[in-house]
Amino acid sequence: MSTTTETARKPVREARPVKSDRAKAESRLGWLLAGPAFVIMLLVTAYPILQAVYDSLFSYRLTAPDDRHFVGLANYGVILTDWVWWRDLLVTLLVTVVTVVVELILGFALALVMHGALKSIRGILRTAILVPYGIITVVSAFAWYYAFDINSGFVNQWFSWVPGISPDLNWFAHFETSIAVIIASEIWKTTPFISLLLLSGLAQVPGELTEAAKVDGATRWEVMRKVTLPNMKAAIMVAVLFRALDAFRIFDNVFIMTNGANSTEVLSLLAYRTSIGRLEIGMGSAVSVLLFICVLLIAFIAIKVFKVDLAGTRGGN
Amino acid sequence: MADQKVTQTVGRRWRNGIKAVAVVSALGFVATACSGSSGPPTLTWYINPDDGGQAAIAQKCTEQANGAYTIETSLLPNDAASQREQLARRLAAGDSSMDIMSLDPPYIPELAEPGFLAPVPDDIAQSSTQDVVQGAIDGATWKGELVTVPFWANTQILWYRKSVAEAAGLDMTQPVTWDQLIEAARSQDKYLGVQGARAESMTVWLNALIASGGGEIVVNPEASAEELQLGLDSPQGEKAAEIISTIGTEGLGGPGLPTMDENASMELFQGDQGSFMVNYNFVWPAMQSAVEEGSLDQSVVDDIGWAVFPRVDADTEAAPPLGGINLGVGADSDHVDLAYEAISCIVQPENQTEYFVTNGNAPAVRSAFDDPSVAQDFPMATTIRESLDIAAPRPQTPYYNEVSTGIQQTWTPPSAVDPASTPASSQQFITEVLRGERLL
Repeated sequence: MSTTTETARKPVREARPVKSDRAKAESRLGWLLAGPAFVIMLLVTAYPILQAVYDSLFSYRLTAPDDRHFVGLANYGVILTDWVWWRDLLVTLLVTVVTVVVELILGFALALVMHGALKSIRGILRTAILVPYGIITVVSAFAWYYAFDINSGFVNQWFSWVPGISPDLNWFAHFETSIAVIIASEIWKTTPFISLLLLSGLAQVPGELTEAAKVDGATRWEVMRKVTLPNMKAAIMVAVLFRALDAFRIFDNVFIMTNGANSTEVLSLLAYRTSIGRLEIGMGSAVSVLLFICVLLIAFIAIKVFKVDLAGTRGGN
Repeated sequence: MADQKVTQTVGRRWRNGIKAVAVVSALGFVATACSGSSGPPTLTWYINPDDGGQAAIAQKCTEQANGAYTIETSLLPNDAASQREQLARRLAAGDSSMDIMSLDPPYIPELAEPGFLAPVPDDIAQSSTQDVVQGAIDGATWKGELVTVPFWANTQILWYRKSVAEAAGLDMTQPVTWDQLIEAARSQDKYLGVQGARAESMTVWLNALIASGGGEIVVNPEASAEELQLGLDSPQGEKAAEIISTIGTEGLGGPGLPTMDENASMELFQGDQGSFMVNYNFVWPAMQSAVEEGSLDQSVVDDIGWAVFPRVDADTEAAPPLGGINLGVGADSDHVDLAYEAISCIVQPENQTEYFVTNGNAPAVRSAFDDPSVAQDFPMATTIRESLDIAAPRPQTPYYNEVSTGIQQTWTPPSAVDPASTPASSQQFITEVLRGERLL
């Protein structure tokens, strides 16, 4: 018995390190095919990041090129001790958390609708749901701006019957109302993206498991909680990670609707205004580097703490 | 067979690809050959958006050049701040296509200080400043030297509804003060048309209020960033804050005040609640067009009067805002001499007159107002000319952008302005930003 077990185990142990000639050739071909793209990606992403890190160590204004001088980490010191940075970080986190949570719920509901829809209308339904995502962000930001603006908007007239909305309500004059419109437009625009990711996750849940649960007498809610959701974990976490990173870099909506007025400024707008508006390349680069570190942190937390398995979404193999 | 098909398809794709590359290369070669041919040099004129007036002048001057040069226009973004961003980036990069640029006066020192602008030849400096309103010359000058050429000047005047002024008992033939306008709006339950948005217009308004009171936003404009002294924390700054705060907190600017720009002010002024408005000349042709289109009643236009910008203090003359456009030449342009030759054509008084009549932008040269067509199309031309003579430019400093953005952040929304604290806190904030101690 023991001999049989030994012989049965052996090939399994040895199979891992030894690659067949075919596998080796495929691996080589893979590197040859992907290599140039990898090098180019490294150049176009690593170079600007390193340049930004280098520039952030200088006091350098584009319109005063002769006045450029090394200041070390002083720019970072100014940024991290300024309440503007922390206020913008909080606003960015608020937008990120609220949009991701609401989109996750709405997106899941839409995914369920798409998943359960009759085959005949499935295509039309998916197209209809995808429409907002297909619209260019700047265009959708302008559309929302003009809809809510007190001078050109129709929202105040149409919804004057809703408590709190009157013809005199200036949505972009206060923090609460401005941020609500910005968040609503972001949710409207990107919920389809999250719902598509969740739909692919739903499709990966083995049908036999849900059937078995139903046969065992599980209610719909129990099937959802104990079978569907655990099997979709990878898809959900990937959706959350992608959307969180995307939401953290929000720019267009805020730029168009308030341009940061009423304390609605977000970090990417701060980086833009410092680098492009003020032409302060040194300080602007420092803001951009800090923004980049924040994005890395979010990705790190998601992957390590919440254990997002990016490889798990390759198609359920 | 299948392999053969694949090979054929791949081969066809390659051939098509090579053909496409060849065609594109050939077109590129032809285009290069054309641009490098012996034709007249092309001067690029970066223009701010208008109703086609600058393009028409470019066409006219190209024809008058008799083949010496061709002027092509290139459109800049809508707002002045975005125009500055694009121009500064291109100039800093040494773009040789910056032949002629339409420049907003407050941003000129920032471009002149690092030597981004080509010096104005003496003869053109002399000819282009004759009979030109002083404010426009001041805006074109940096450190006592003319660095750009005045093209057109702009100013705000006080527009009023005759019926409201009459009901409020105001004699509009005499100078009026902000306090009188506030009282009139209060008593008649009407709105004042001012620009309260967090935008450049807030700096324009504040500068006019402080200058009208005899003060100045920047005391030593030519100083370095660390040594720049501001005059916001002053009696004039406090009075300006009082006016802005009263209009904001009492709702006299209407519910749209925190986001109100020049266009929104005009719409408010045309409405039932309209009373008084400070705004540029563009509103007159805009209202005429609205009447023609049927979106505005002629009776509203008949009820409109105009006067010089309101005073802060009854005994001190007003200092209306000064805007407009000057023309500059990039230091790295390949055709500096030709560009200045073209500019001397562009700023001819007859071109300025035509530009005023067709586009509503007032001339910088006084004689351009004498044309009969000006008085016919702009019955308020005399008021505009008087205003231009007393108008006050915004601070001319290379750090204007920081000063202006700092003001926009600390003086908006108008309802949050506190005469007791805003001038001092704003001054401290901008000073720290200029010293590199704070983010903006």
